[in-house]
Amino acid sequence: MEGDLAHIGAGLAAIGSGAAAIGVGNVAGNFLAGALRNPSAAASQTATLFIGIAFAEALGIFAFLVALLLMFAV
Amino acid sequence: MASEATGAEEGGLVFHPMDQFIIKPLFGGGDIAWYTPTNATLWMALSILAVVALLVLGSSKRAIVPGRSQSIAELSYGFIYKMVEDICGKDGAKYFPYIMTLFMFIVVANFLALIPMSFSPTSHFAVTAVMALAVFFAVTILGFVKNGTAFLGLFWVSSAPLALRPILAIIELISYFVRPVSHSIRLAGNIMAGHAVIKVFAGFAAIAVLSPVSVLAIVAMYGLEVLVSFIQAYVFTILTCVYLKDALHPSH
Repeated sequence: MEGDLAHIGAGLAAIGSGAAAIGVGNVAGNFLAGALRNPSAAASQTATLFIGIAFAEALGIFAFLVALLLMFAV
Repeated sequence: MASEATGAEEGGLVFHPMDQFIIKPLFGGGDIAWYTPTNATLWMALSILAVVALLVLGSSKRAIVPGRSQSIAELSYGFIYKMVEDICGKDGAKYFPYIMTLFMFIVVANFLALIPMSFSPTSHFAVTAVMALAVFFAVTILGFVKNGTAFLGLFWVSSAPLALRPILAIIELISYFVRPVSHSIRLAGNIMAGHAVIKVFAGFAAIAVLSPVSVLAIVAMYGLEVLVSFIQAYVFTILTCVYLKDALHPSH
């Protein structure tokens, strides 16, 4: 199995997915903590929850994109 | 790309996980021109047909007690209408048809892509970038038409201290122009990553020792993908609503 520096870079870019996982977990965990304190207000905030998750996740997807570019375009 | 696609023996996989995203002509081989019917064309057409069938046939009977297809049609209509009204307010409701179209196309294309051996048009950046750029230009033009130069107040955060405002304006400007990029890449990236992961596990199924684990993993990932398909369509739609709200009410 041969490989070059681009493959190492793609592997390093995969660390970004883990960072995005921390971010998404933070958003969802804090939402749950708040929702358990005030369950009546939770239902109205699910849209905000998904927007927050989407923003956190987008940066992980950017890392995935960098990995893809290194694998197939470089 | 070609060398990776044939590299079955070096990676240990029977097929390459990214092969499923290759666009092929439907009839014969040859080059792909803009008018060539490809598998992407086929599955986009199928998803539009499915949306039309669901909404037109579902609402054609107008039963007092709705049947299954009528329930789904009414539920999706009510779901999107409530989302638009909650985020954009009453005056955003007239842009509801566009947002409903976006949502139905994305969610049905995502679900159809989960059929084995099918093709996922939303996993291509070309498809999602067109949708995101359409939203971006529509929202920007709408903002200037509705508010005139007051739309630029979106970048001038009047609640911040005066010294900070130019710096914030630059940041807001950058984040405004990155919107179509992140908007399109989020959808395509999620769908592409999910399908690639399923294919990677499917490749492991050829190895006898790993095959029970990989079949279980495919089932689990498939369940997750059903969820992701819906959530990403929802997120795309809700972000469109948020951008539309910014255009209609640009004050911070």
